[in-house]
Amino acid sequence: MLFTVLTGLITSSLLVPFGKLMKTKWSVLLPFIPVILFLFYLWHVPVVANGTNVIQHLAWVPSLGVNFDFRLDGLSLLFALLITGIGTAIFFYGRSYLKGHIYFDRFFAYLLLFMSAMLGVVLSNNILTLFVFWELTSISSFFLIGFNNDSKESRNSALTALSITGLGGFFLLAGLVLAGNIAGTFIISELFAQHDKLVNHSLYPLIIGLVFIGAFTKSAQFPFHFWLPGAMKAPTPVSAYLHSATMVKAGIYLLARFTPILGNTELWNTTLLIVGGFTMVFAAIHALFRTDLKSILAYSTISALGILTFLLGLGTTEAFIAASVFILVHALYKATLFMVTGIIDHETHTRDLTKLGGLRKVLMPVFIAAVLAALSSAGLPSTFGFIGKDLIYEATLHYHHNWAIWLTALAVITNIGLVAAGFMAGIKPFTGKLPQAFEQVHLPYKSMWIPPLILAVLGLVFGIFPGITGDYFNHQTAIAIAGENLEMELKMWHGFNTVFILSLATLATGTIVYFLNKPSEAKLRAIEQFNHISPQYIITKIGAGIKQMSAWYTNVFHNGYLRSYHIKIILFAELLLGYKLWLGGPVRIDYANLTPLSWYEFGIAAILLGAMYLIVTTRSRLTAVVSTSVIGYCICLMFVFYSAPDLAMTQFTIDTLTTVLFVLVLYKLPPFINFTSRGVPIRDAIVALGFGIIISLIALRVLYEPNSTAISDFYGENAYLLAKGKNVVNVILVDFRGMDTMFETVVLSIAALGVYSLIKLRLKSSEKE
Amino acid sequence: MELLLVLILGLLYAAGVYLILRRSMVKLLLGIMLLGNGANILIFVLGKITKGSPPVINEAYKVFQEIYADPIPQALILTAIVISFGLTSFAIVLLKRVYALVDSDDLDDLNTPEEEDI
Repeated sequence: MLFTVLTGLITSSLLVPFGKLMKTKWSVLLPFIPVILFLFYLWHVPVVANGTNVIQHLAWVPSLGVNFDFRLDGLSLLFALLITGIGTAIFFYGRSYLKGHIYFDRFFAYLLLFMSAMLGVVLSNNILTLFVFWELTSISSFFLIGFNNDSKESRNSALTALSITGLGGFFLLAGLVLAGNIAGTFIISELFAQHDKLVNHSLYPLIIGLVFIGAFTKSAQFPFHFWLPGAMKAPTPVSAYLHSATMVKAGIYLLARFTPILGNTELWNTTLLIVGGFTMVFAAIHALFRTDLKSILAYSTISALGILTFLLGLGTTEAFIAASVFILVHALYKATLFMVTGIIDHETHTRDLTKLGGLRKVLMPVFIAAVLAALSSAGLPSTFGFIGKDLIYEATLHYHHNWAIWLTALAVITNIGLVAAGFMAGIKPFTGKLPQAFEQVHLPYKSMWIPPLILAVLGLVFGIFPGITGDYFNHQTAIAIAGENLEMELKMWHGFNTVFILSLATLATGTIVYFLNKPSEAKLRAIEQFNHISPQYIITKIGAGIKQMSAWYTNVFHNGYLRSYHIKIILFAELLLGYKLWLGGPVRIDYANLTPLSWYEFGIAAILLGAMYLIVTTRSRLTAVVSTSVIGYCICLMFVFYSAPDLAMTQFTIDTLTTVLFVLVLYKLPPFINFTSRGVPIRDAIVALGFGIIISLIALRVLYEPNSTAISDFYGENAYLLAKGKNVVNVILVDFRGMDTMFETVVLSIAALGVYSLIKLRLKSSEKE
Repeated sequence: MELLLVLILGLLYAAGVYLILRRSMVKLLLGIMLLGNGANILIFVLGKITKGSPPVINEAYKVFQEIYADPIPQALILTAIVISFGLTSFAIVLLKRVYALVDSDDLDDLNTPEEEDI
């Protein structure tokens, strides 16, 4: 399984050097990558259908518990087949759709990367690798959605999608890590056994809250749904791939995958029911007001995702079966409808329903595909959609709660909307009178209309022989979601019962809605009035606010002036140190322990302070430099008085050298100019004095504490005995800490090299400003 | 004496901080030097200062016979003085170089034009 994930990643990177080649007829090779992967997973169908889980393990970062663990069960297999199967259709379709596009190679690189990431998500048996692939889908979809990078709208949509799904990924990671830590394992197949432990943990609500945010952002559930319609700015093959079978289904996959681990509690089920239920109705109604074909499909996709969330929330065996079937139903008809829309857009250059009509006369095979898909989405008996809808109604009707009837009503309303939306997208553009402008429209390449036709026909085949999918994958999928064995048999005909009547009623009402609801600009305007209370508006506002705040913050803290950085750092240090000092109580001085003060020490201190005053106030550079050296010499004398002859000698030498160098090198600089106004020096002086006082207080406090001399005594006693030297300071430097001194010499040599080369370096006249 | 030293080191710190808040590059460098001196005295004063008894063992003995100044702060300060000389000398030459390039002692003149727009 690892190879299937890696294939896409490797070919994607290979497109960097060989991209040019792929713009020629060699591009015919590209679609065979998903074909091979699809066949690989098809070959696994009988194995998995027997109830076997294929497991693969490869160590990656064993110390962190992050490994390439892959596992293929019913749920993973269904998704893997969708990803590679629909992927095959999209690759053939996209190759023609983007023929001659300047970024043709890039497109396929992103698409391959995305496909690999999706496969990684659904195959991972380790929640941390799952997260890595999850993020990779967000990143690659960012590039796919923003593929038309010369359009501002497209870039904005890509950014919205990335920020929403990226934010969700962040929460998801937190949730997964929490769950993994509580359960003590990051392996998904081992987590199943930890269900009770996790569910009864006090952090359980937090965990599922975090996981929900991750899943809802990815699967465009209210209130995070708005990135999905925006993502329609992507080229249509991308929309078809991302929104029928892959990207948005990743959230559903996550919920389904974690149902046996975290689910089956009231909190889990109720949240999913509410969010899914609201999203499906909200989006289904929204879809009817759109005039853009892709917008209609976007909202009906959100609605379908809502249905899936809702079904997982029901949490009954029947609901799991319905979900497993509906995933496939939706993928088949939605991919078809998207590809049909892409053909219409490609040939007529418009997706506006108010302008389109009569295209059946020029695009017959496309029309057949579109009608089949629309009927499947409407749930006409003998289509696969009919079986899906039956199962949904069965699940809601048999729900063990008084609400069963209301939940069924919600499902019916949603499906009525979806019937009408499906007809609007699949039938409306083809019926009626053909406008004159479109008379010249002709069929596109075969590779563009054959893939949607195949998918649409598959929808019909599965509808007539539902046993094929039921026995081979959906059964195992439902078992994987439920986490336990269950009986399931898909039939085309369930008998003349309530469910069948509901189905027919839905179909009839949906058709009536379709005929009554004429898409128009006015309706679109009407619904736009509510924009200012939409989640998109609110979240965009919050985003803009954060951006403004960070711009302000950056301007304040990173304004490019060194002294401004200094003052912030020093103020911060003052606050921190001052707080710590204040916590320690009053500063005490032990007068008995002080060394007496003699008059010459006092004199030297006076000279030092005078020199310091000169440095701060003088306008002459030379005075400042000389005063600094005076300070150095005063300190040197202090060292002499207080038994540090070595320090005195070093300080004297170094101070002299520094002053000489200073004067030699900088003698020709102009005098200081007073740049600042009067207020600034006062402010700086207060800050500086504050810092000095704090340091003095710290020194006093340390002085009050008793000294530990154990280490000094060790050096004092052993200087001669061990190192044969009588000057202890020297012995420490050259013997006990000899290695340090050696490296210090290295540092000095490097500094000397720097000084030498800077002096020797001659300035070219061109370098001078 | 300790109190006087504490006062001096506090003022050295204050003067150092005040100078690094100025626009002039030379003042910045002088400020760093003063801060370094202040830090040296801080280390020195914290190690129990002792008068007239350097940490050198008498010719006739192998170990100390009487009280002696703490050698550890001295060793630390010695290292610090030497290293800060390395820093200062390099900075001085660098200053000269900057002055030769931009003809100014003003730190703000080193900002690139893009940054000035902010």
